[in-house]
Amino acid sequence: MSSEYERLLRETAAAIPYLAFLGIRFETAGNELTGVLPYAPDLIGNPLIPALHGGVTAAFLEVTAITGLVWSGLRQGVIAVQAPVILPKTIDLTIDYLRPGTARDAFARARINRSGRRYASVHVEAWQDEPDRPFAQATGHFLMQRG
Amino acid sequence: MRAMADITDTARMFIQALPHARALGLVLEEIGQGRTVVSMPWDEKLIGDPATGVIHGGAVSALMDTASGAAVMCHPAGPVSTATLDLRIDYMRPATPGQTIRARAECHHITRSVAFVRVTATDEDESRPVAMATGAFTVDAGRNGDPR
Repeated sequence: MSSEYERLLRETAAAIPYLAFLGIRFETAGNELTGVLPYAPDLIGNPLIPALHGGVTAAFLEVTAITGLVWSGLRQGVIAVQAPVILPKTIDLTIDYLRPGTARDAFARARINRSGRRYASVHVEAWQDEPDRPFAQATGHFLMQRG
Repeated sequence: MRAMADITDTARMFIQALPHARALGLVLEEIGQGRTVVSMPWDEKLIGDPATGVIHGGAVSALMDTASGAAVMCHPAGPVSTATLDLRIDYMRPATPGQTIRARAECHHITRSVAFVRVTATDEDESRPVAMATGAFTVDAGRNGDPR
């Protein structure tokens, strides 16, 4: 069953042009899903530092939160195991920029704080070198879509 | 206090110098004292929902973040540099596919250290915003300690 979830996740992500635009991919290991944002020059906001664009960081946190919700939702039966997966919709997102994202690969992982029938609350952190030293974090609310 | 032409140039350069703003196709349409209008033309590569063609919320966030940073840069007491401290975004509805999304940002308050910004994103139906956000930005006053 786990490989079925994996296949659904890959198909769903591959169909979203914006993920390809940013170059984001997802890696899974058991319950855990990690978003990966490989460095690319087009992701830079401030070329002097150079630092990742704040909007790229926001987008990376948001897509990892949504995909993390899907990964846990599929496994817990909250999200229907069907193609295409019906994605949760973002209601709001509060992004906390802790330090500049530098010109390196970035990673992100979501923690589902609450996942109900209609609403979910998710916290997500992004880091580059050390997972314990995030460069940005966000909390968002999401609307679970009925199939 | 800086001359308005100088401030306008700073904000225009601010957007043109951002590689990711160029990648998104962002256009600085209007600029005033602590105010900007930045548009993002609809583009297939920014689609977040392949079934409907709706632009991804992340691209709208990047647009609003850029418009907000530019609004800080063109404030009369504006800094030489700024970075986002925090951004809280509400997504009200999906943007209509095929339409340009426009962000109107206002830096409504600025101190020596922090600039506060409100921003609204709309598509062609300007009576119903697509998203709204409020943000706090750093104020880098430059070497002499005074915002220029």
